[in-house]
Amino acid sequence: MKKHWILLSPLLFLSQIVSACEGGCQSGYWAIFSPVGPIAEAEKNLILTAFALMLLVVIPVIIMTFAFAWHYRASNTKATYAPKWDNSHAIEITVWVIPAIIVLILSVIVWRTTHALTPEKPLVSAVKPIEVEVVALDWKWLFIYPEQGVATVNELVVPVGTPINFKITSDTVMNSFFIPRLGGQIYAMAGMQNQLHLMANKEGVYQGRATQINGDGFSGMYFETRVTNSGEFDAWVQKAKTANVSLNRERLKELEQPTKNVAPMYFSQVEPQFFNAILQKYAPNNANCDPSGAPLPVKH
Amino acid sequence: MQSSLIFGNLTLDAIPFHNPIVMGAVGGGAAVGFLLFCFITYKKLWGYLWDEWFTSVDHKRIGIMYIIVAVVMMLRGFADAMMMRTHQAIAMGASAGYLPAEHYSQIFSAHGTIMIIFVAMPFFIGLMNYVVPLQIGARDVAYPFLNSVSFWLTVASALLMMVSLGIGDFSQAGWTGYPPLTGKEASPGVGVDYWIWGIQLGGVGTLVTGINFFVTILRMRAPGMSMMKIPVFTWTILITTVLIMLSFPVLTVTLALLTLDRYLDFHFFTNALGGNQMMFINLFWIWGHPEVYIVVLPAFGIFSEVVSTFSHKRLFGYASMVYASIAIAFLSFVVWLHHFFTMGAGANVNAFFGIATMIIAIPTGLKIFNWLFTMYRGRIEFKTPMLWSLGFIVTFSIGGMTGVLLSVPGADFVLHNSEFLVAHFHNMLIPGALFGYFAGYSYWFPKMTGFRLDEKWGVRAFWSWIAGFYLAFMPLYALGFMGMPRRMDHYDNPAWQPYLIVAVLGTFLVAFGIFCQVVQLYVSFRDRKALVDNTGDPWGSHSLEWATTSPPPFYNFAQTPVVDSLDDFAYKKEHGIAYRAQAPFKEIHMPKNTGVGVVMGAITFVFGFAMIWYIWWLAIASLLAMIVAVIYRGSDDHTDYMLSAEEVARVEGGDSVAPSYNHASI
Repeated sequence: MKKHWILLSPLLFLSQIVSACEGGCQSGYWAIFSPVGPIAEAEKNLILTAFALMLLVVIPVIIMTFAFAWHYRASNTKATYAPKWDNSHAIEITVWVIPAIIVLILSVIVWRTTHALTPEKPLVSAVKPIEVEVVALDWKWLFIYPEQGVATVNELVVPVGTPINFKITSDTVMNSFFIPRLGGQIYAMAGMQNQLHLMANKEGVYQGRATQINGDGFSGMYFETRVTNSGEFDAWVQKAKTANVSLNRERLKELEQPTKNVAPMYFSQVEPQFFNAILQKYAPNNANCDPSGAPLPVKH
Repeated sequence: MQSSLIFGNLTLDAIPFHNPIVMGAVGGGAAVGFLLFCFITYKKLWGYLWDEWFTSVDHKRIGIMYIIVAVVMMLRGFADAMMMRTHQAIAMGASAGYLPAEHYSQIFSAHGTIMIIFVAMPFFIGLMNYVVPLQIGARDVAYPFLNSVSFWLTVASALLMMVSLGIGDFSQAGWTGYPPLTGKEASPGVGVDYWIWGIQLGGVGTLVTGINFFVTILRMRAPGMSMMKIPVFTWTILITTVLIMLSFPVLTVTLALLTLDRYLDFHFFTNALGGNQMMFINLFWIWGHPEVYIVVLPAFGIFSEVVSTFSHKRLFGYASMVYASIAIAFLSFVVWLHHFFTMGAGANVNAFFGIATMIIAIPTGLKIFNWLFTMYRGRIEFKTPMLWSLGFIVTFSIGGMTGVLLSVPGADFVLHNSEFLVAHFHNMLIPGALFGYFAGYSYWFPKMTGFRLDEKWGVRAFWSWIAGFYLAFMPLYALGFMGMPRRMDHYDNPAWQPYLIVAVLGTFLVAFGIFCQVVQLYVSFRDRKALVDNTGDPWGSHSLEWATTSPPPFYNFAQTPVVDSLDDFAYKKEHGIAYRAQAPFKEIHMPKNTGVGVVMGAITFVFGFAMIWYIWWLAIASLLAMIVAVIYRGSDDHTDYMLSAEEVARVEGGDSVAPSYNHASI
């Protein structure tokens, strides 16, 4: 029997992970299990629910494997031996129906949660959302705050308790934008705009990063998400405005040059409709883009 | 890049002299190759190898050669895995590890491509080559020559993969090769071209094999073997060939479009000028998801044979096993989008593909239960193949669970592209494919060689593999929950490091498992007299391949068996009428050996190499050579012969049993 426990130990290990997280990982050690926003919270609960439902099948299977293997071992001549027994309608029906019921329950959950958590869906909140436009570059993230008229590279600052409306695109290869403790990720693709709606309900610093392999600078393509109170946020915007560097087409050409492990940069002014202009570089006829922005020349 | 008329883009700079790790690997590989060459030359085996193996169109020999290719490539792929794991365990914070980013990304790209295309595929194709014609009572496959061509195309592709190590570099874009990263602009070098041509040329061979075995199983079954009397392994192969025929053309076209993008400045998948990268990702997974089942379904078939044999009991629910496999195959074509829920297709689309994916768990779960109820009321012998099967059932259940988790879009949004995903698909493919092939290898080894594998070392290999697997991959699940993305060559989070160190220990254990398998092969060969199988049926099994000698004569069956029942051999043993070839024998129609397959493989290799390095004259010349080879073969009227009845009687008489592989002049 000893060997069987060796086999089971990984399962125990997994369950320990889950229980350790339930205990509370305030440090964010288990990023997925220490959500700081409603979306991440819902996604965590969804994982745990689905996990529990599946254990209803998987645990019996593992127990049956060991039990059958042990009981019907060749040396146990007391066990029933029925070499020609190869069919039982009762068993067949059970093993079709029970998994089917579990999948049915999961399907309902999937349908509901997929619609509730779909990234393009705005969050419901009394607080006015903040707009952030995100552009993936080689190998750094550009964040444009169209309402505040500032922009940053590799630093995202947002006020706590405020819905964040991200618009996401790429000015290079495909990418994926992910802040684990705030919620799920979405691809960034050139000429296309994806939306992501997140919110942080706890002040702090949370890492965000690229998760889609995109070249040599991939591992260093991360940024700090600083969630602050609204006073600090306003102060930060004012400070950014003193940077005295403007984001325009010339600056974009510099930013498009591949660089690794880029420290944060700040831009006090942003050319109007800059995000749309980046989109239109690749898709000049895209109806989703605001036609007022003149297209930028394509890097080719 | 300066291009020359004669050498294209190829210059001496393409050889990475500056990289000691690569040069060490190349040097080591070259030394092993040289030693092997010297050994074969010294033993004067070239003629034997050429006559009996390279030019053979015998499905049994081609099968064994496929398995050898798979094992060699597995060693390469596993070496890549060891390098990645050790690098990740140390590349934290101030330490940069020992691999630069551009080398690390080549390694994970090569590892994935090799393990899927050049290990999983040739391994199961080798087993099916050996077993399927025997299981259906056929003398060979429908198109023996094409079988040889398929094999040599696979070898040519595998060689291209190996050459990329020492001449130029390999793709850095992962085994899935998403553009625009694989476009000319982001990846101007030859790496992506190696990836394209390595997959593309071997893919043609795979497609031809799919057609070959589809026709073989449908048209060449022994009389009496109706569809519902087909042994369950052959059933899974039949379904697999359908998947191959439907999905591989998609891969071929997708790669061809990417080739046009890269070579002729087309814009199928580029960022600008109307290209659409999302199209590539969709097309890739329309092949890629069925591909998962292409490598897993044959293993399911093997488990069915093995669990039934070693429980000494009939397979529980044969018919539902067949229908479940068909259901899985059908569903595998309607789930591809679950590989990219995060693309932003919207809630309705994501929910549809999430639910479709979960539905696959039903027929798959059914199979698991049927194996369990095959054991129920059995008399289970824990021989190595059975151990692999038990390890599979437990481990695969866990992998299935994490798979269903990933099929929930809301969960996938936080687990996509993470180490959790890496843990999940290894948790499916290592037990679900590789353990199955190992089970098949130890199960059919006595059929192939005439002697069994040593049990003691087999058991050691199993426990090392399974313990190593859990140690290597369970920490990756944890890392996924900690937010660690896949494919990182460096990280700053000290919390991740302990888990990565445990994972390295796991790979060392797996390495010990592989070592045990090598020792097992040696020990078994040394003790082959004690392990000999004179009966042809060492396990007391049930299907036709066990009704002939071990190894079978090159014509498989002196007289074509007539099938009365499912598990026909068990039925005939029970009724005392088990197949015995008896005089009078009749002459047998057999295909002749030919070297054209080898030549076509060589031409394919040259063509691929020329295309990768833009050596246009050579590419054109090799295309012309290929046309000549096809015409030559097409106009050869002497491709078969009749084996006389006297010769059959002599072989069956027993004074000199069929040419067997251990009778070689080694």
